[in-house]
Amino acid sequence: MITLLTLFPIAGGLLVLALSKMGELARAIAVAFAAGALAMAMLFWYGLDPASPGMQFEEHHAWAPSLGIAYHVGVDGLGVLMLVLSALVVLMSLAASWKNDKLGPVYFALVLFLEAGLFGTFTALNFIHWFIFWELSLIPAFFMVRIWGGQGRAKAAALFFLYTMVGSVALMLAFLAIFQATGQFDFVQLAQLGQSGGLTTAIGQNLRWRGSPEHLAMLLFWAAFLGFAVKTAVVPFHTWLPATYAEASSETTMLLTGAMSKMGVYGFLRVLLPIFPRQMQHAMKPLLWMAVATIVLPAFAAWAQKDLKKTFAYSSINHLGYCVLGVCVAAQYTGADAGLASEKAAALTGVLLQMFSHGLTAACLFWFIALLERRSGGLRGIEDFGGLRKIVPVFSGLMGIAIFASLGLPGLNGFPAEFLIFKGAFPLAPWPSSVSVLGLLMTAVFLLTVIQKVFSGPINAKWAAMPDLSITERLALAPVIALMFVLGLYPQLITGMVHGTVMQWIVGMRF
Amino acid sequence: MSPILPLVSYADLLRLTLPEIAVAVAGLVLLALDLTVLRQAALKLRFGVGALIACAGCLLSIGLLTHTAAPAGLPDGMLVITPVTVVVQIALLGLAVLTVLLSTSVEITRNVGEYLALILFATVAMMFLVATQNLLLIFVALEFLSLSLYVLTGFDKHSRQSAEAALKYFLFGGMSAGFLLFGMSLLYGVSGSIELPKIAAAVNGPALDPLLLVAIVMVAIGFGFKVAAAPFHLWAPDAYQGAPTVSAGFIASSSKVASFFIFAQVVTVGLATAAGNGAYRAYSPGWVPALCVIAALSMVVGNLAAIAQTSVRRLLAYSAIGHAGYMLLGLIAHSPRSQSALIYYVITYALASLGAFGVLGALEAEGVDKITDLAGLSRRAPGLSLCMLVFLLSLAGIPPLAGFFAKFYIFVAAVEAEPHLGLLWLVLLAVAMSAVSLYYYLRVLKQVYVAEGAPHAGAIRTPLVTRVTIWVLAALVVLLGCDPGWLLRWIGA
Amino acid sequence: MLAWTIYVSFIGALAARLSPTKGLARVVALLTAVVGLGIGLVTLNHWQPGDFLTVAQVPWIPQLGIEYHLAADGISLTLVLLTGIAATAGILFSWNIEKRTQEFFAFYLVLIGGVYGVFLSFDLFLLFMFYEIAIIPKYFLIAIWGSVPRGASGDAAGSQREYAAMKLALYSFAGSALVLAGMVAAWVASGGHSMSFDALAAFPFSAHVQMGLFPLVFVGFAVLAGMWPFHTWAPTGHAAAPTAASMLLAGVVLKLGAYGCLRVAMMLFPAGLDPWGFHLLGFGSWRDVFAVLALIGIVYGASVALVQRDFKFVIGYSSVSHMGFVLLGLMTLTQIGLDGAVLQMFSHGVIAGLLFAVVGRMVYDRTYTRDLNELGPMRLAHAIPFAAVTFTLAAMASIGLPGFSGFIAEFQVLLGTWRAFAWMIVVAGIGILIGIAFTWRALTKAFFGEPTPGAVEHALPPITFPEKLGALLLLASTLVVGLYPRILTDLILPSLNSQLFEGLRRGAWR
Repeated sequence: MITLLTLFPIAGGLLVLALSKMGELARAIAVAFAAGALAMAMLFWYGLDPASPGMQFEEHHAWAPSLGIAYHVGVDGLGVLMLVLSALVVLMSLAASWKNDKLGPVYFALVLFLEAGLFGTFTALNFIHWFIFWELSLIPAFFMVRIWGGQGRAKAAALFFLYTMVGSVALMLAFLAIFQATGQFDFVQLAQLGQSGGLTTAIGQNLRWRGSPEHLAMLLFWAAFLGFAVKTAVVPFHTWLPATYAEASSETTMLLTGAMSKMGVYGFLRVLLPIFPRQMQHAMKPLLWMAVATIVLPAFAAWAQKDLKKTFAYSSINHLGYCVLGVCVAAQYTGADAGLASEKAAALTGVLLQMFSHGLTAACLFWFIALLERRSGGLRGIEDFGGLRKIVPVFSGLMGIAIFASLGLPGLNGFPAEFLIFKGAFPLAPWPSSVSVLGLLMTAVFLLTVIQKVFSGPINAKWAAMPDLSITERLALAPVIALMFVLGLYPQLITGMVHGTVMQWIVGMRF
Repeated sequence: MSPILPLVSYADLLRLTLPEIAVAVAGLVLLALDLTVLRQAALKLRFGVGALIACAGCLLSIGLLTHTAAPAGLPDGMLVITPVTVVVQIALLGLAVLTVLLSTSVEITRNVGEYLALILFATVAMMFLVATQNLLLIFVALEFLSLSLYVLTGFDKHSRQSAEAALKYFLFGGMSAGFLLFGMSLLYGVSGSIELPKIAAAVNGPALDPLLLVAIVMVAIGFGFKVAAAPFHLWAPDAYQGAPTVSAGFIASSSKVASFFIFAQVVTVGLATAAGNGAYRAYSPGWVPALCVIAALSMVVGNLAAIAQTSVRRLLAYSAIGHAGYMLLGLIAHSPRSQSALIYYVITYALASLGAFGVLGALEAEGVDKITDLAGLSRRAPGLSLCMLVFLLSLAGIPPLAGFFAKFYIFVAAVEAEPHLGLLWLVLLAVAMSAVSLYYYLRVLKQVYVAEGAPHAGAIRTPLVTRVTIWVLAALVVLLGCDPGWLLRWIGA
Repeated sequence: MLAWTIYVSFIGALAARLSPTKGLARVVALLTAVVGLGIGLVTLNHWQPGDFLTVAQVPWIPQLGIEYHLAADGISLTLVLLTGIAATAGILFSWNIEKRTQEFFAFYLVLIGGVYGVFLSFDLFLLFMFYEIAIIPKYFLIAIWGSVPRGASGDAAGSQREYAAMKLALYSFAGSALVLAGMVAAWVASGGHSMSFDALAAFPFSAHVQMGLFPLVFVGFAVLAGMWPFHTWAPTGHAAAPTAASMLLAGVVLKLGAYGCLRVAMMLFPAGLDPWGFHLLGFGSWRDVFAVLALIGIVYGASVALVQRDFKFVIGYSSVSHMGFVLLGLMTLTQIGLDGAVLQMFSHGVIAGLLFAVVGRMVYDRTYTRDLNELGPMRLAHAIPFAAVTFTLAAMASIGLPGFSGFIAEFQVLLGTWRAFAWMIVVAGIGILIGIAFTWRALTKAFFGEPTPGAVEHALPPITFPEKLGALLLLASTLVVGLYPRILTDLILPSLNSQLFEGLRRGAWR
């Protein structure tokens, strides 16, 4: 089933490429495939049994047994959540791209290939297999930025590629060493080893190292961390992100921020936390402060930006920072401390919720920016507009809702997520959480500034004739906005499904 | 009291030398016919008839040889007929046939009868040369051969180069004949016999007589000149370049076969006990170390000098010197395997060499002398070019051609000689020089295949007989390369 | 049936040469190559892991104990498949050759026949014979149809081509001269009974003899494999060669050298890799020496590629770097390292073929320049997008991106290196990073350059169908092996564990 899901967009992409001469038809096929993928992902959602532990829909085949490589896929709550998010964001991105003539059938095909890469990454359970998809998703993204990006796309694409590559190499080397030590590439097996403490023992036994096995294990942890940190844009490895998000066309940025950025956090949850829990504990101080930096500093940076895309890019980093914070605090205390279980559960649930919610919101925000750029002829500076509320009321209203969701206004999807994270973080890590509140405040400041400068204030005569959202656009945006309300008011939709997974993590970290 | 001169039965003599007689008679008949009846006939006809008679004689001789009961011989080693000598004689006759066929397109002379007769007489000389183990007869046959070859070299009366080449050849040859005779007389003095096996028995002793050493050196000089080994090679480039192409081919092929064979006989049979050793860390004085030096020198001088040549024939001459060096390996190793290796090498070398000169002869009308004159040949004469490719690559030692296996076999024989791996140093030098040789052969082939010739040059026509002969030679080279066992079996390896 | 790959190639060469029209010559050549590939695939289909196929074994020169012995084990079959793929793709990419077409395909097919022969030979003399047969066609292919950087034409171009061709031919011949010397010595030392691999592998050569013969034969073959510092012929030769020849030279002929290193030097004289008993400049055995040379090759090749202006030279030097991985893998003497080395032979063969195909055929034949600075403004990504995509995918494969065959191969070599010489992994890793850098540079400079303001964009001829077919064939090969490496590792691993390599294993792998 999962294999089918992963192959489905590939087939779609190939079909689109083959029919690329037929313009409109090809793009329509692409959208059809994206919709189909979403439907298939929803099947997984409904098919998942929240109560049963372990991976579901598993498929396990030997691939290169002498090298420990197997084709092992499976999903749990996290996996399904990510599958649905990816499918949704891809569909949103394609819908946003529909009216953009510069994005031809080849672009649509690349989006579908990226979707397949995402599906593969979120379901793979064997490192090599996972790494293949992790790297393969890089290629379509690189092309999308390089070919259809803005003025500075060469440098942005290069930065994007090189940063990710360096991180990947570090990740690769770390896992090579782990393979040498344990003979395993399977995430599930490695998680069991990591949680039982067997990892350090294995390292000590099988790897020749002048220092202690614990030191080597820490080194490997940091190497793996580097890979995911770059992807998640944890400060100070985030410098590639603003340039890339700004230079890529807004439709591409929807994908980057909506789905690809979650790959990093997914890595934290699927790989780092289960396999290196003790190492995370040892490294808790620097990790927490990096998380805090990721929350606070970009928020200030966003306030200083003049380019709307850069503003929201930094905002993305900030939102992901909450996820990192949540993961870190959950790892801080382990053991049979039942008293802290509910806090940890809250933090982790919050992280999952934030992943989905931010993906949705950020993608939606960049969709709006795309719509704005189309109407303004490419301008997207914060100073370029004014009083749009009067000129394009529907647009302003809907974008306002999205901005408030990003802010974390209660009633919208951002609130439960951030609330849960802080609910879990405050008791577990009071000081970092307090400093992070600064980030919350600054987020409010710069987002409100955006609203004020763009939507309120004196009307900018240049845009007096700006058309409002068309019927099709409203129809396309409506479900997304509605979903924001639904998730804001009834987050149990998600939390109910992921509850089992979260509890399993907490139980597993008991040692 | 034994008679001073042995009693030879003339009937035996006639019977055993029938093959040689057949060829000699053919030569005389040919000469007579040409000088009398065909005097005024067209060149083509004269060559045709002459070739027919010559070939008939040679083929008759081959037939007689195959029916010879070997081993046989005349006393005093005057005539020694063994299966190996029969093989070599058949090879010489084959080469003579091919040379005669190639010469049918020669246009440099009107003295057809003399030309063909000289080729046949030279062949007779060679046949005697390989079949004898008597010093005196060796010398007589050698001189007979040399005189024929001098005249063949100078046959083009209209070319100054030809005359100059002949003179040089004659002067060098005469001088070296002197050395050889002197050496032979010393051998007689030391051993008291002119028969090779008896000489070997006589010089057998713990230490080498200084006089014997001088004799060895003299003999080496004499034969070294004949096979064009360095440093006795100075006549070769001029002779090859100046002589008419077919003559040069004949010198390069047949005379090499015979000369090497008799050289081998003299040193391995006659001086078997004075061999010495040239192996690494196992030196002992004798003719082997002397030949090692000559071989090394030949390989180096021949190959390195060939790089600088601009004339095709001089290049072939220097490469011949290099090949002489490789062939001397066969003598140095002096084992039964090395003898078959030597014979195999020299026969295949002769085929390739004759073929190369044959191609050049076919191009003589085009005025080809410099390497660059060959430019664009592949377009104008694809068949000839392919044959040239075959011949030159065989000389370079590229499989699957005969020259490759010849080199391999001789290297194997050299390395295998006692002590094992002792001569590896010489083989390594040979291999290195072989690599060098590829460079200059490729330079020639580069002109043939890669270079663009004159834009409107037309196709080159060659007479049918010449073309067929060249193709036959090429085919032989390829066949012997792919299935060397056939020739090896025949040689009796 | 495998022997027919050789015979068909030679027959095809003759048929192509005698074809009255150029079109017919092309078709004949393509059919020949496809038949060769088909035979390889059919054999693969019937293959059981651990198989050993004796294709032909007849006495040939009994006086020397030489047999006409053709056989295939898994390693041979892997390389036979590579030859088939590279040959077919090469012919597809040579479809547009107009100058002396029949001769081109004749030489090309003779070269392929020789290469098949080397991989299938099981008699040392026969292997050497085919090895040398392959040298002469290489010379002519480069000298007559080679390519030169823009700016040279007429005589200057001709002499540049000839220089490259002669250098390649002489280096190859010199390498084979060393092998010849070793071969003769080995024959004599083994008593002169047989030249067959099974006989020679089983013969107990003395340690002394092996210690002397191993470096001689290994260096002889390593010259052809482009080992540093004997590699200088390779970038020059490959850059000067016509596309199809470059593909075959970098793709397959380099592997002849590596195959010889494995099959002859390492299989027959394994004791040559043992420690000397003393240390000289930090080296304790030939294994150390050649491993370090391989490592230098990896880094040197990548570094020099980084500063090249000529596109083809970038690829040429990258080949030197990749072959370094092969040789390093061989020197690890671990099962996984050797498996990686053979897999890298296949992988790099396909990928190098692809790279040269794009650079030589798709780009150079249209733009007539190989200078990266000149290519940039031409906006090739816009003009010939198929080439841009193909090259990008090839570049990804070349740097070892997972999903392509290079990843699995280099990964295994690295694992083997870790087990054998742990410190070398760092240097190899640096080599990989430099590799990523130069690939990146070449890719962006050549295809994604910024147009100079005011420059007129020339329309370039579109990519033809044979080119697309060839590119797809190569891409498919690397993807299939990358995604399902068992298709080849199931061939290679049992061969490494067979009786022939017993001397190398000494009972159990390290």
